[in-house]
Amino acid sequence: MDVIVSLKSMGKVFHTKNGDVKALDNINLDVGRGEIFGIIGLSGAGKSTLVRCINYLEIPTEGDVFFEGKALKSMSELQIRRVRRDMGMIFQQFNLLSQRNILDNVCFPLEISGVSKAKARQRAKELLSLVGLSNREKAYPAQLSGGQKQRVAIARAIATNPKLLLCDEATSALDPNTTGQILELIKDINKKMGITVIVITHEMKVIESICDKVAIIENSKIAEVGKVEDIFANPQSDIGKKLILGDVIERREIVSGVKLRIEFDGRSSFEPVLSNMILSCGIPVNILYAQTKDIGGSAYGHMIIQISGEEEAQRAKRYLDGIKIKYHEIDFPDKDNEKISLEKRKEY
Amino acid sequence: MVSMILTGLYETLLMTAASSFFSYVIGIPLGVILVVSDTNGIKPMPVLNGVLGSVINLIRSVPFMILLIMVIPLTRLMVGTSIGPVAVIPPLVIAAAPYIARMVESSLKEVDAGVIEAAKSMGASNMQIIFKVLLPESRPSLLVGAAISVTTILGYSAMAGFTGGGGLGTIAINYGYYRYQTDIMFITVAILVILVQIIQEIFMRSSKRCDKRVK
Repeated sequence: MDVIVSLKSMGKVFHTKNGDVKALDNINLDVGRGEIFGIIGLSGAGKSTLVRCINYLEIPTEGDVFFEGKALKSMSELQIRRVRRDMGMIFQQFNLLSQRNILDNVCFPLEISGVSKAKARQRAKELLSLVGLSNREKAYPAQLSGGQKQRVAIARAIATNPKLLLCDEATSALDPNTTGQILELIKDINKKMGITVIVITHEMKVIESICDKVAIIENSKIAEVGKVEDIFANPQSDIGKKLILGDVIERREIVSGVKLRIEFDGRSSFEPVLSNMILSCGIPVNILYAQTKDIGGSAYGHMIIQISGEEEAQRAKRYLDGIKIKYHEIDFPDKDNEKISLEKRKEY
Repeated sequence: MVSMILTGLYETLLMTAASSFFSYVIGIPLGVILVVSDTNGIKPMPVLNGVLGSVINLIRSVPFMILLIMVIPLTRLMVGTSIGPVAVIPPLVIAAAPYIARMVESSLKEVDAGVIEAAKSMGASNMQIIFKVLLPESRPSLLVGAAISVTTILGYSAMAGFTGGGGLGTIAINYGYYRYQTDIMFITVAILVILVQIIQEIFMRSSKRCDKRVK
């Protein structure tokens, strides 16, 4: 793998009046060139600090950041400013210059890197049309919607042809529909221009819809890293399970009979697995829990079904073996044989 | 009498304009230094920030009338005389520059920290942040500050009438206070009131017109 950014035993301690606060602890990550790399965690986990360490807006107190193999710690302030031009950044609050129109906002990074005014305008116009705002050149940020502002911010971030785009909760202030459009745009830029993207988010759907790899961060540490499909199919860490499986791991009061946990690890979303099983085995099946997601036409997730009767369960297992779907029997402590009520099922 | 009042008006405008200009020439850089060197600034320099802040507070705490008298030797040195409208300019600048520095400081601090961070993330130098982000982004607020500062300077310039400073203040004091000609005093006061209104209006309107945040 051609690594573009590498974090080596990186740590960050903030010295505050109330003592030291460890924001990041022994972070080791490699981001490959061309990847969309997601970093997810609950708020306060340290993910914003992590992304700011990558472009040295925050300076790590331990370990270091390597960009294209070069340690940022060894660089002068001037060199760091040069490196930052290779890393665009977008923010949750867009952070556009409110007193400049959007054309001049996109010109801004070009201006500060010494590009002539005429050339900067030319390039800014191209970028605005790329993000679909060429008809609003003279508008000021206050006249735009949130989604439009983020488009301007993206155009501005990629104006200097960076190799890396850092997205700090870039869609967290947007509605679901606009979020989808912005994510599409980011994915598009990644594909067309080959810009590596690092996405910081607390929303699982952002990771699912655009990321190739994901790191889950909790309590200043990396809990788990891997390909998105692997982590989704089989999260190892507690926080990973919590983020991906939801609250099912805490629910134990499940009915008698055989319980099977079926995994969907990327076969076509269009294949009606469960219906086929019911039809071909002729058994009633009760769905206790289901969380499946469609990621690019493939189904990921899992489902917990209940089959009453050993013999029926055997038939179902044979069927699943036959079509090569992963499953395993789960054995929740069957304490008081409590039936799941309809209300509870609705919750799922 | 009309010509006397016209001369007074001219002298007042001259004192106010010249003092405002020089006060801003000194006050803007001081305000910028205060913001930049702050612990949360783009180049924290706690010692410089502390010293500058204390000096500014020290000068600001001297009442203007006293300052006016205290700096007479300096005024003589600079303009060769201690009376007349030009002689009022040095004390006015000394009094107003620290005040303006604080006004500029508070305007610049209104600039969203996120915007400064964005500029940093693009590789902007501190100078670029000052001239391309801090000052342009706070322009509407700086103009509102100017409305307050310039009208304050106008008020101070009238006070200089007590030490023979010239302008409308001197006329009001000489005729209204020493000779009990209250009519002349009222006329000069009325002119001062109108002047303040006009100055206030000019700056507030230009602030509104240049502000792109609301449209």
